[in-house]
Amino acid sequence: MTEPVLEIRDIRKAFGALKASDGISLDLREGEIHALIGPNGAGKSTLIQQIAGGLRPDSGTVHFLGEDVTALPAAARARMGLARTFQISSLAMEHTVLQNLVLGALGARGGVFRFFRPVMKDGALLEAAREAMAAVGLEELARTRVADLSHGQRRQLEVAVALVLKPRAFLMDEPMAGLGLEGSRQMTRFLDGLRAEAPILLVEHDMDAVFALADRISVLVYGRVIATGTPREIRADSEVRRAYLGEEDMA
Amino acid sequence: MSREAVLNGVIALGLLAVPLWAWAADEPFVITLATRVAILALAGVGLNIALGLGGLVSFGHAAFFGIGGYAMGILASHAQSYEPLMEWPVLIEGTRSMPVIWLVAVVASALAALVIGALSLRTSGVYFIMITLAFAQMLYYFTISWPAYGGEDGLSIYLRNSFPGLNTLDPIQFFAICYAILLAALFFTARLAKSPFGLALAAARQNAARVEAVGIRPYRVRLVAFVISAALTGLAGALFADLNRFVSPAMFGWNISGEIMVLVILGGVARLFGPVAGAALFILLENVLGGISEYWQVFLGLLLLGVVLFARGGLVGLIAGREATHD
Repeated sequence: MTEPVLEIRDIRKAFGALKASDGISLDLREGEIHALIGPNGAGKSTLIQQIAGGLRPDSGTVHFLGEDVTALPAAARARMGLARTFQISSLAMEHTVLQNLVLGALGARGGVFRFFRPVMKDGALLEAAREAMAAVGLEELARTRVADLSHGQRRQLEVAVALVLKPRAFLMDEPMAGLGLEGSRQMTRFLDGLRAEAPILLVEHDMDAVFALADRISVLVYGRVIATGTPREIRADSEVRRAYLGEEDMA
Repeated sequence: MSREAVLNGVIALGLLAVPLWAWAADEPFVITLATRVAILALAGVGLNIALGLGGLVSFGHAAFFGIGGYAMGILASHAQSYEPLMEWPVLIEGTRSMPVIWLVAVVASALAALVIGALSLRTSGVYFIMITLAFAQMLYYFTISWPAYGGEDGLSIYLRNSFPGLNTLDPIQFFAICYAILLAALFFTARLAKSPFGLALAAARQNAARVEAVGIRPYRVRLVAFVISAALTGLAGALFADLNRFVSPAMFGWNISGEIMVLVILGGVARLFGPVAGAALFILLENVLGGISEYWQVFLGLLLLGVVLFARGGLVGLIAGREATHD
């Protein structure tokens, strides 16, 4: 078997007496969508932060593309090809859709410290930005400021900015949040195709989406992974039922 | 052409027309006022890179204004006394050459900004404001207690420094130098704002987490912006000292930091010509209202209050409307 793209080994993080991550290990393999589910307060966001580089774990390691990145800041991990989307859209609100994407393309290419050439006339950056914009269907809003976009459009842009980085792995924190039924379905279809480009570690509350998309699911409860397996295995797992899913969802 | 571009042209031409008229009418005092406008505007253009583009509320830009001033004062005073700055290991003499003084002013303030920025940019919000202020105050008290260069009394330079081919003591010629530098700085800033660096800096102002997530470290971008910003303000300090032929610790005073910030806010934060409009308004008020009442700053305060409450884009924003999204 090939080496996993992303591997988290025995991560621990405590805030005072609260063990937000209590020895978590999981990995993300090429070509898969690995969903991370768990009730509110299970420590999903803390885990995502530690993988992305916003928080340092107390102990344990994060390996990305075979390298130990535990000590690297978020920007360095992003440059290696770890693209994240935020639970709450995190974009440059005064900039246009196109500018946000060009910023992403610039981050991926490098060469930020250039002071004279207009960045919005850089053919290569524009090309990459347009491609990502087309992939999520935002072309017509290229010149719209993010502040004037709807919530759903911001979620799409959030994914498009991750896409423009041409990453080796996606880290997605609730991409469906607040999308509504039709929006969620579209996003589900989109993510389904995306796994061919790069594997996705997906934190999501929308169980329809999770069970439709995931190759594997890990269940996080009180900072521990209580089960990892295929959707079928997770459905059947009695501990998961008790801890999280609730009998009525299992029908 | 956008409304703002037209307005910018009007401001630029106005700042040129007034001293030309004063020159024809033999009103040297007005030329000196216009020169002050150009120099303060340059200091504001510098601050606007940090404050407007980068969202970095530096309350210590007087540090760089003062360093630029003392770069001029120290070099010119040594040239005046024919005593070299140092003889060993290399001989460094004073100079009266403006281009050399400018270079030293720019490099010295940039280096200072590198140190001050590297420390203060680790904080944000009110701590950043206080740390930048503290650095400027440190330099203020240092120059007061530094007897070699006049201490509290400052340094007088008898002759204005020289620029090849020009008579710098002629007010209109010195104005031309300051005006040309201001235009060059504005051109540079306009390019900067649209460059890759400008995009990253503006994005870091709006959302640092986003910038990090695409692989750019906001700290570095901000530090470079802070250094560029300081270099321009330092250059303005050297010109200001040359205008007055005098440097003193007052150039490091916190009220100078405040004045530069006030004129940027009056004219329009993050607007290219905001500092120019703001400096012109500031000098106008100082001289018109100052002639009517000693308490003219009360009116300045009221005006500032009005701008902050009702016209966030300052004078430029009021006339030209919301900034068009540049692309």
